[in-house]
Amino acid sequence: MKQVIGVVGLYVRDQDEAVEFYVGKLGFSVHTDAKNGDYRWLTVQHPDQPSFQLGLFTPQAPLVDAATAQSLREAVAKGAMPPLVLVVDDVRAAHARMMDCGVEFTQEPVERYGAVDASFRDPSGNGWKLIEAR
Amino acid sequence: MANANGGRPPTDPELLRRLLRARDRMDAASEEAWPVRRLARVSGVSQAHFARSFREAFGVPPHRYLLTRRIERAKALLRDTDLPITEIAYQTGWNSLGTFGRTFRDITAEAPGQLRLREQAAPGEFDRVPACYLIAAHRPDLKIAVSEKRRQETEVKTAPEDREVP
Repeated sequence: MKQVIGVVGLYVRDQDEAVEFYVGKLGFSVHTDAKNGDYRWLTVQHPDQPSFQLGLFTPQAPLVDAATAQSLREAVAKGAMPPLVLVVDDVRAAHARMMDCGVEFTQEPVERYGAVDASFRDPSGNGWKLIEAR
Repeated sequence: MANANGGRPPTDPELLRRLLRARDRMDAASEEAWPVRRLARVSGVSQAHFARSFREAFGVPPHRYLLTRRIERAKALLRDTDLPITEIAYQTGWNSLGTFGRTFRDITAEAPGQLRLREQAAPGEFDRVPACYLIAAHRPDLKIAVSEKRRQETEVKTAPEDREVP
């Protein structure tokens, strides 16, 4: 009996911009990019975690109506979506590398309880906590 | 489409994203002064537009948001450290203990010293720190907190009223 998470999706404002960010700046690679009319199923994965895909979706028809899509876009842009956590070996090194790529940090690396953490946002407004594997 | 926000016109997500950037900056340095002029510059909008848009987006005016964040930080420092209350007031952005105490009571309905006493007497709140360490670390400090609390209360009572213009 096995049960694992295969895909968790984020809402982003623009999928091309999201690819540029998650692939170009965070080191993910595109796993699936399938278009069906206006709808685009887009997932990325990280080489260190091949069993997991991060979905980069836009709030859009036919999954939600236009008014709901607008509300969701506003919620994302206000940073109201649930927290995300990225685990790395060395937060300070990851921070330096990501800063060079122009990632928007909302909290510089801080040492707390013996571990370093930092925070950043993707272009859409999704907030990520950057922590160290212990 | 026009009723996406329960009757309010839809807000441009690009504007909201820029307002979020100003809110993030306050979160990152809530002890600093954040006049609307400075916040509006972060968001790239006019001052009048900023104040109104921020309130609409986040439900509170920017200044009140900042005060709330400062009090939140002060609460954490009261709970997790043994810094004197005057030092906490200074570190969280106030230059007067009286204003700090009054704002703190307005927001939390108790005095800083009372909160410290209550939180430090409840080890369950310190779930990130091993309990055995906490018992050792906080038992003797509780006495200091009591005397500190009395001293602070006296200071607050005798501090001259420094009213803020609303």
